[in-house]
Amino acid sequence: MRIVVIGVGNSYRTDDGVGPAVVELLERRNVEGVVLARSLGEATELIDRWTGADLAILVDAVLADPAHPGRVHRLVVHRPPAERGRAASSHGMDLGEAVELARVLDRLPGELVLYAVEVDRVGYGEGLTPAVAQAAERLAENIAAEVAARTPLTVP
Amino acid sequence: MTHRSDRSLSVAGLARVEGEGAMHIRVDDGEVTDVRLEIYEPPRFFEALLRGRGYTEAPDITARVCGICPVAYQLSACRAIEDACGVTVDGTLADLRRLLYCGEWIESHALHIYLLHAPDFLGYDGAVELARDHRSIVERGLAIKKAGNELLTVLGGRAIHPVNVRVGGFYRAPSPAELAALVPALRRALDDALSTVEWVARFEYPDFHHDHELLALVEPDRYAIESGTPATDRGLSFAVRDFEAHIVEEQVPHSTALHASLAGRGRYLTGPLARYALSQHLLSPLARQAAGAAGLDVDCRNPFRSIVVRAVELVYAVEEALRLIDAYRPPQLAAVAVPPRAGVGYGATEAPRGTLFHRYALAADGTITSARIVPPTAQNQASIEHDLRALVGQRLHLDDHRLTHECEQAIRNYDPCISCATHFLTLSVERSHR
Repeated sequence: MRIVVIGVGNSYRTDDGVGPAVVELLERRNVEGVVLARSLGEATELIDRWTGADLAILVDAVLADPAHPGRVHRLVVHRPPAERGRAASSHGMDLGEAVELARVLDRLPGELVLYAVEVDRVGYGEGLTPAVAQAAERLAENIAAEVAARTPLTVP
Repeated sequence: MTHRSDRSLSVAGLARVEGEGAMHIRVDDGEVTDVRLEIYEPPRFFEALLRGRGYTEAPDITARVCGICPVAYQLSACRAIEDACGVTVDGTLADLRRLLYCGEWIESHALHIYLLHAPDFLGYDGAVELARDHRSIVERGLAIKKAGNELLTVLGGRAIHPVNVRVGGFYRAPSPAELAALVPALRRALDDALSTVEWVARFEYPDFHHDHELLALVEPDRYAIESGTPATDRGLSFAVRDFEAHIVEEQVPHSTALHASLAGRGRYLTGPLARYALSQHLLSPLARQAAGAAGLDVDCRNPFRSIVVRAVELVYAVEEALRLIDAYRPPQLAAVAVPPRAGVGYGATEAPRGTLFHRYALAADGTITSARIVPPTAQNQASIEHDLRALVGQRLHLDDHRLTHECEQAIRNYDPCISCATHFLTLSVERSHR
């Protein structure tokens, strides 16, 4: 089973760095049987990272209104979502577009799980706000457990 | 009677950058009276973050300014730091830097042409819709981009935010065999890049021309990428170290971003159109031939046709990568020593979207005491606004939806940088009739 965990975000934009922070926590845990990656969220890069994976787990920051910093949403992408509003971006493509593009190109992973962490601050700066840092710890634990449950035990 | 319409066009759910790019257009009695664009966030935070850091940290920290052009940031930083320390990196190490930079041009241009800009010309909302109807074309774009990514991975250690670049050169030089393994994909990418030029040459282009002064780095004997001297199409030329004397930035009331202009001369433009105007005679014969067949004039002043220039540069970057790989002999050392000393250093390179200038002041032990970064998107902001003003003035008969789309397309002509600039464009048009 090919599993990839991708932390999406920029560590120099405070809470936007929650994805890479979770990946770093997983690196410290030496989780086996999983490829760990960081990304700024560029669409084709995401597609390259998850192409061929049986399970791709993405961790990304999300702004919500009203906000509950640290609250984590687990979303599973398995079939075309309802018609979504298009973000009028002057450049770049967002995660939703990456998923849709991968679908058109037959490059979605077997299963795509998105952990969206509600964040507090995304201004310039390093480090996570306390609620988001706690969420990152919990999330790393959950993902490690999820990966372990999916990975067949290896007998030495 | 006053009719007012404000619309907010965006807000994607997932956070990537703070702030919103905004465009505000005011029309009074059928005349465009005000155009304000706020698309660019200056990397002031990075300038502050750099103070107090070691001189060897600048390339890696500034690479984080942008996800699409980290090599540009790394190499402008390296050149500036090496300048401060009185060290010149040349020979094979300079060639390797050019090769790495070609990888970035290939990746960035392929992304912008295929996924961001082409859908505008073909009437699609975005790359997803384009891929639905033209899957093989989008796959061709992704294959070109992948060839660039692989070059970055082999030379830079990884595709995004290369970790192998250091002040003085590289941590590790690639073996000839590692580079040779890239050749088949690059040969395919060359064919695909030529097809790209033919493809975009068939698009329909709005009849629109600008008269901005054009600024790019130039070199005597080759198309400038990783080094060069600033020059304009109207005869101005100056040393990199004098950049700040010639480029003045001023605060404008409507924006937190500074507006750059040429001292005593006014607005200017940097990027592919400027490079092409100043150095097209130094492109390879194949790239020049492709440009000619695509109908590019020697001096292209239609910003919408920047997509054709990007495609021509794509051909050149792939060819140049193949040439550099063919000529490669591993260096004795992967980096030259760069002992720190007190001083100020200046560096500039051609990022895919234009000239990127860095300046650092170092203490005797190499601690950075001040930093200055002038990215291309900031330099182009005044010219983009000027284009928008002219464009809107010619197109007031369009409804707001169509007008917004054309303005967005016009902004995409300049390929604004992903995290140097912001993600979201909110347009408001005020129409008043007295």
